[in-house]
This record gives sequence, structure tokens and C-alpha cells, in this order.
Amino acid sequence: MSENGNGSIIKVAGPVVVAEGMMGARMYDVVRVGEENLIGEIVELHGETASIQVYEDTVGIGPGERVVNTGDPLSVELGPGLISSIYDGIQRPLDQLYELQGSFIKRGSTMPGLKRETKWAFKPLIENGTKVTGGDIVGEVQESTLLLHKIMVPPRCSGTVEGIKEGEFTVDEVIGTVTGENGEKTELKLMQKWPVRTPRRSKQRLAPNEVLITGQRVIDAFFPIAKGGTACVPGPFGTGKTVVQHQLAKWVNADVVVYVGCGERGNEMTDVLREFPELVDPHSGEPLMKRVVLIANTSDMPVAAREASVYTGITIAEYFRDMGYSVALMADSTSRWAEAMREISTRLEEMPAEEGYPAYLGARIATFYERAGRIKCLGAPEREGALSIIGAVSPPGGDLSDSVVQATLHVVKVFWSLQGKLAQQRHFPAIDWLTSYSFYKQFLADAFEDKAMGEDMAKMSQTAMGLLEDEASLIEIVRLVGAESISAKDRMVLETTRSIREDFLHQNAFHKVDTHTSIEKQYEIMKCILHLHEQGLAAIERGVDITKVFALDVREQITRSSYVPEKELDKIRNIRTTIDEQIRAIA
Amino acid sequence: MLKEYQTVSEIYGPLMLVEGVDGAKYGEIVDIEIADGSVRHGQILQVDRDKVLVQVFEGTAGIDVSRSTVRFLGKPMELGLSPEILGRVFNGTGNPKDDGPAILPEKRMNINGNPINPYARDFPNQFIQTGISTIDGLNPLVRGQKLPIFSGAGLPHDEITAQLCRQATVRGEGENFAVVFAAMGITFEAAQFFINDLTNTGAIERAVMFINLADDPAIERIATPRCALTAAEYLAFEEDMQVLVVLNDMTNYCEALREISAARKEVPGRRGYPGYLYTDLATVYERAGRIKGKKGSITMVPVLTMPEDDKTHPVPDLTGYITEGQIIMSRPLHRRSISPPVDCLPSLSRLKDKGIGEGKTREDHADLYNQLYAAYARGKEAQELATILGEAALSEEDQLYMKFANEFEGRYISQGYYENRTVEQTLDLGWELLSMFDDTQLKRIDVELIEKYMPAARERANK
Repeated sequence: MSENGNGSIIKVAGPVVVAEGMMGARMYDVVRVGEENLIGEIVELHGETASIQVYEDTVGIGPGERVVNTGDPLSVELGPGLISSIYDGIQRPLDQLYELQGSFIKRGSTMPGLKRETKWAFKPLIENGTKVTGGDIVGEVQESTLLLHKIMVPPRCSGTVEGIKEGEFTVDEVIGTVTGENGEKTELKLMQKWPVRTPRRSKQRLAPNEVLITGQRVIDAFFPIAKGGTACVPGPFGTGKTVVQHQLAKWVNADVVVYVGCGERGNEMTDVLREFPELVDPHSGEPLMKRVVLIANTSDMPVAAREASVYTGITIAEYFRDMGYSVALMADSTSRWAEAMREISTRLEEMPAEEGYPAYLGARIATFYERAGRIKCLGAPEREGALSIIGAVSPPGGDLSDSVVQATLHVVKVFWSLQGKLAQQRHFPAIDWLTSYSFYKQFLADAFEDKAMGEDMAKMSQTAMGLLEDEASLIEIVRLVGAESISAKDRMVLETTRSIREDFLHQNAFHKVDTHTSIEKQYEIMKCILHLHEQGLAAIERGVDITKVFALDVREQITRSSYVPEKELDKIRNIRTTIDEQIRAIA
Repeated sequence: MLKEYQTVSEIYGPLMLVEGVDGAKYGEIVDIEIADGSVRHGQILQVDRDKVLVQVFEGTAGIDVSRSTVRFLGKPMELGLSPEILGRVFNGTGNPKDDGPAILPEKRMNINGNPINPYARDFPNQFIQTGISTIDGLNPLVRGQKLPIFSGAGLPHDEITAQLCRQATVRGEGENFAVVFAAMGITFEAAQFFINDLTNTGAIERAVMFINLADDPAIERIATPRCALTAAEYLAFEEDMQVLVVLNDMTNYCEALREISAARKEVPGRRGYPGYLYTDLATVYERAGRIKGKKGSITMVPVLTMPEDDKTHPVPDLTGYITEGQIIMSRPLHRRSISPPVDCLPSLSRLKDKGIGEGKTREDHADLYNQLYAAYARGKEAQELATILGEAALSEEDQLYMKFANEFEGRYISQGYYENRTVEQTLDLGWELLSMFDDTQLKRIDVELIEKYMPAARERANK
């Protein structure tokens, strides 16, 4: 066979194809399989025999058909045009495929990730003759009203820039050349390619030091995630994993959001596609879609491409991080990704570990989450980027001892535990406050512009959590002996925790005001709830009948406070005065 | 040219190994002519050089190694389709089972279908009226949704699915509605019940049935839902019909899948089911939906029996992860002769908010189901408390809620299998039941709506 490793198929078993005569082929080279040119990737080599995972349906493929090696690893195209796109697991643009092929996805199509025809206005930021190295920013393109796309020198390239000029370019046109010290010339384009399985490099990795504001009260106030941090959301079906992921994608204060729909429902992706262009970013007033990249590999699409989809997503996310942006990646759901790994592994006849998952499951999950982080970007000018990962996990039967959950909990720093019981009580987001945790709570105070306010919030968050903790044990007692038999103070605690749960932790994702709460508003609501608690306790001390405290009108106002628009925060602030007045009236 | 081979070397379980085959393709269909002259059908599961592994749909009993002829048809499994399929009954692999003539196909489609481009999907947001209060009122079904019924052995899921097939209509003028019914491994009795029921009500004329009975070959079941969905896709996207697909019973389908997986000696996942069960189920369920620019839609109601009523069993569990909600049947309600015994609290339609409201059902729908749900949940708690402490120990408020829960079960949930309520009747009944509360207790309903609907409801309740 030819020298660049072209061979022929000898075996087909579902998504795995074995080919012989693949001389010179390397692991993870991308190959084109069969007469229909299906896209595949080499995952095992035995001499000149290669096992290939194919990203498309293999029905109709048989022994004897050719396999052509492209010689390149699976890569994505990075450049202007990524934003607002919707891709499948291997970066084929689904909107363009739809125009070309109609409603159903057909096989063997190749379509570049970035549109070749679109011209982008490029503005150089450096002079000709400047010495550059990998990662240096040479210019910029205003990609959308929300995103200034920085054009960087590809990572492994250095030398002197020549011929760089302002103008309208397609992603494939040369915008300048870099001449290396040995005289080697590299063409600069708006687009670069990067293999998805290799993390993009950075100058230095830093520890997270700032919280990512999500506008979700239970998350921001109790279990915050940091810029560059990692979180996981496990829960049985019907507990709202996807709603949590959608809410974060909508309201998180990141510059870019990459949303990977990995092996999930088709209708959910439609929901995102329909809703995001209509939603307005609270920070800029622009449609949210202008900062979002979507990767949709729904559950009926080929399983191998599902395995690749999270890598495609994270590579795109890293690229934006390298520009110095804060990027958030949502992966829904990593369990489907793990299942895809398991399916390929089974077809390769590998020895399984727990539940049939491959032994390298834990390592793959850990490597994936390690691609998150805050970094000092490669190249000049000096800049910091951050990439946060939020992964949903769908454990079978909601059982947290599942391998994927356990492997994920080993590496993530934030755990939002969704409970079926809460979901059934229609308490959403169904994040259980007793079992969830976050290692980034210490950064909460700094999230506020007003330092004193921040510290107060951190303190209140602790107090509230303490009360919720007390509630759990008090409820046990009440169940046994009835509410009348516990002390008035304890009854006040129960009343306050009910308020914390219903008025603060509970948040309606589908209400136009309640869907997003700024941290200042979170502060005000929490302040009211705890103020009533303190005043109530003080009143009881003075001998006031507790039922009178419970009957105060002001509680109605607290209940409604989450529906008060952001512009009218004074209304919530004034509730505290009303509390004082009403308490005084009954004393 | 068709290639024939007499080189069967091994037969085990539902599988057959053929050697020396040239040019076989993965997924191709084969005909197997056995010694007595009869023909069976199979599909290629794996090709390894010249060795081909075939799954035999009709089972391998009676096949011998030396005298069987295997014919490779060079194409994947296809179904011949035309509008004539309406009103017909087919077997599990799509051959006519009634006495009617063979179908003259206008079109042949691969039964495995193709994945729908997520970008091409149109969002499900149109209400389907089922005439069942617990579904229409509390868990509305919308076009393009997949909403399974989780049932158990001895629960009347056949009755409720038959009711759905009979009563489901699309509101709006001039819409063509059709039912595609796929039976997998159900008993003759159950299948006959459906056929009779649909025949008696005339619904059979707009129905297509694919029947694989409990004593039919188990492996054939792998093809049954795919045939049914191919027919549904044809009716929905070529003939512009609104199609309701009922798949009964998915647990049997999964067991057939497990049988093949075990025969192939694959590493089993939970409870012996193959690791790719999720993916396989998804390729079935995800064929429901609406497509941009097409008038028709596929709405799917899979039925599955949960072994030991266990929701965490792999079949309901994985189904729940793919479908958009679930209707759960309740054994206690069934024991109390409440029919259909839908367990309202854990049941859920994820797309409910998209299909209701002004212009679709009625403006008060969302508030009303939230209030009914909350009141019923509270009432259920009170019921439980009453069994521990005795009714007398309940507070006045709790007693009221308990009374509500009882009435709700007796009038709202319980409607029998032959009462077809319009959504307005369902909504009005909801108001009537809520009228036992003070208006101030109805915190989840907008005050304006209470003013608009409550007086009339009170009047009806007092009659």
C-alpha cells in the first residue's frame, strides 16, 4: 500500500472499523473510511492494522473498501466565525448542513468549521518588522457586538512579521508572514488549526481568585464557582440539570460561553437555538447568542462524534481563553460522553473496569477538567484568561456511587447535588443545600464593589447555612413530637429557614425577573430575611407572642422581593424599615 | 446480483456465523433459506474479513449448518410505504399480517432512519388534547414530544394507551391525525384488545399497527419500533399528518437487545443490559419531533413496565433521561379503583409550559395546574399524616387539604376510560375543586384570574 498509510477495511463492528495496510499511520490520525468517505480516527495500532472509531453511521460499509489517512490529528478551525455557530461533535456547521442536505444528517459530508466566503475587517495592532512569538496578538476583528476577536500568532511560530496590513480578509487569506530566524516563512491567517486532544499551551497556570457570577441565588450565595474553576451537577432525570446548565449559559458573567450538548435531547438544543437569540445579556443589552458557541451532538447522532464533542468544545473554549477572556464551558452531559467511551472500548474488546467502563475513564475525566483554570496567556501583551467548566452528570437511578460521578468528584471543586425529592416538591433549582459544596466560598466577599457589603454577605451566607443545618435536625424532632412542643426560638428558626428556602433558594428560571438576580439584590433579599429573623427573636425575648410575629404582613413583601426588578432595589431595602415598624407595633 | 452462500459454520442463540463471504456490508439484510424450504430474515451485526455475523429475526430454531442457504441482499432493511398503510396491520418486521393485499410502495425507506439535524428541529409547542384530565390539565402533551407511560405488571396501561389512541386530537382545523401502534412482545389478548378497540371506534382507519406478539420471535422486536417510526416519519414528513406513535412495551424491546448482546458475549452494563442501551434507545426515541418547514409531527408515547415498580431499573431510568417527562401509574390509586390511576405528583411533562396558555388552551392553565399540584401535594401529606395520627389530630387547614385530595382523586383523576373531556371541561373542573378554598389560599393563581373564573366555579360547585 502507499506510504502515507492508506489501507483497506477488514472488519466492521458498529462504530469501530479495523483496517490493514495502514503503514506509517499514527495514533489519533484522522482517516476517511470507505467509498462514502466517512470520518474516523485511529484509536489502536497493531503493526499495520489499525482500529478506527468512525464518527458516522457505518451501515453499508464492508471489508475491502479503502481507508485513506489524512495524516493529521482531529483538529478544529479557530478564527472569526465561531461565535453564534452551531456545530456537531467534529465541528461541522449544522446550520449549513441543513441548508445543503435538508432535515436529516447524511453521511460523509465535509464542511469546514469556518465559513470561507465571509470577509472580516482586520485591524493590525503591530507594525511590520515586529518580532513575535507564539500567542502574540497581532490584530483584531470585531466579530460580534459582544466580542472583539483577537488574532494571535499560532503557538509554535516565531520570527519577524512582514506584510501585515489592514483590510477585509476571509479566514483563509494571508494577512502577513512571519519569517523565522532560520529564514523559514510562516503565513499568518485569521484562522489557525489546533488538535482537539492536546490542551493549548499557556505561559503559566494560576489559581482561581475570583467568583464567576451566575445570577442564580443558591449558587452565588452558597456554592459559588470561580473563574477558572470546575463544577459538576449530578442528579437523576427530572431534577433540572439541563435547566441549571441553560441558566448558567444565559446569565454567567463570562465573555464567551461554549455550550456542549453531548448526547442529550434534540428538542433541548432547539430550545437553546430558539431562546438565546431572543434573550438579552444583562451586562451589555445585546442578544446572548452573540457570545455563545454551540456544540450539539444529540443522542441520536453517531456515538463516536459524541466522544469527540467535549474535546471540540474545550479546544474552542481554550482558544478564546488565550485571547485573555473569561470563558465558561457547559457540558451536558458528561455521562453520555463516558458512555460513548465505554461503547468504543467495548467494541475494541478492551478489558473493562467498573460497570463496563474502560479503566482509563478516571484519567480521561481528570484530564478534561484539568483543562480548566486561570492562566497567564502565551505571548504579548501580558493578559490573563480563565476557563471554567461546568459538567452535568446523569448517574443511573440518581445513584452517586456511579463511576462517572465518583471520577468527577475526585477532580471538581464545586458540587451541586440535585435531589429528586426537591424536584418533586417543585423546589427549583433542586440543589440540595446540605450535601452540595464549594471550595471557592472565600472569594465571595470580593465579588462586591462595596467591601463592607461583601464581608457582610459572606457572614450572612454562613449564618443562613447554619440555620438550614439546624432546621434539618429540628424537623426530625417536629416530626416526632409536633411543632407546638418545641421552643419559640426554634419555631422562629423553622420559620426563617422556610423563608430562606422559599424566598431565596427557590428561583423561577422561567420568570422574566426572577430568572437572574444580581449579587446586590441577593444581598438585599438575604438581609431582609435575616433581619426579620433577628428582630423576631428579639421580640420573642421581650415576651411577644410568636404567632403575632408569624402573622406580620411584611413577610408577604419578602416573598415578593425576588420579583422586584433590579432597578427598584430600594423597594427591597425599605422592607427592613417596614419590619422594624411592624415589630414595634406588636411589641 | 444477489450472492448466495451455503457456508454457515456456527449457530448460537439468535446468531449465525457465515464464512467465505465476499463483499458483505455492515447492517445489510440477508434471507436465509433453511432445509424445509422456508425463508427467514436476518441482519449483519459484524463483518470480519470473510466471516459474517448475522442476527436472525425469526430465531434460529430449525436452522442447520450444512443445508441452509444465505442470500445477501446488498441493502439495509427497508420498509415499503404508501398512504395505503393506514388502516392496516403488519407484523414486527413490516409484512402485512391482516388479510389485505401487499402494499405497493411509493417509496422505500431505510428503517434505521437518519438522525435529525438539531438545527432543523422545530420546537414542540402545540397542544394535543387527550381527553384525560391528568394529562391535559396537569401534564399536557405537545406535538413532537416524547412522553412515556411508566407502568408495572397488573396496571391498566393498555387501557390508558387505548384511550389515548381513541381520544387524542389536535386542536385546530383541517389537521390530519394518525396513530402508529407498535406492539413488542405483548400478549395476544392485549393486542386484540387494541385492535378491537380501534376497530369498534373507527379509529383503525387512521391507524397503522405493527404487531409482534409475546410468542413471536424476540429478535424481531428490534426491528418493530424502527418499522413503526419509519412509517410515522413517512406519514408525518411526506404526508403532512400529525402522528401519535405508541410503543408498547419498551421493556420487552430492551430484553431482546439484551439477548443479542449476551449472545455476542459483550461486556454487560447494569442488570445485564448492554452498555449501549442508552444510545440504542435514543435512536428510537429521538425520532419524535417536528421539523422546520414540514407540517406534520411525530409525538411518541412509549409504554414500559417497570420490574417491581422500580423507577431506577435501567429501562425506565434511561428512558427518563431521553424523554421529555413521564406519566407514572400508581398502584395504590388502582387498588382504590381510580381510573386511569395516574400518579400526579411524580408525573411530569417537561414541555407543558410550551403548549398551553392563551391561544393554545386557556390563559388560566399554567396558574391552575400549579395551584392544583401544590394543593394536591399538601393534601397527600395530610392524608399520610392522618393514617399515622388519626384524622382528628389534623389541624382544620390540613383537614381541608385532605378533603381536597380525596375529591381531587375521586373526580379529577378518576374519569374512567371512556369519558373524553375537553380541556375546558378539565380546567373548569379544576376551578370547581379549588372553590373549597378561600381565594386568599390560592397563592399560585393570579388574582385577576381568580376574579374571572372563580365565581362561576363556585356556582357550579354549589349546585
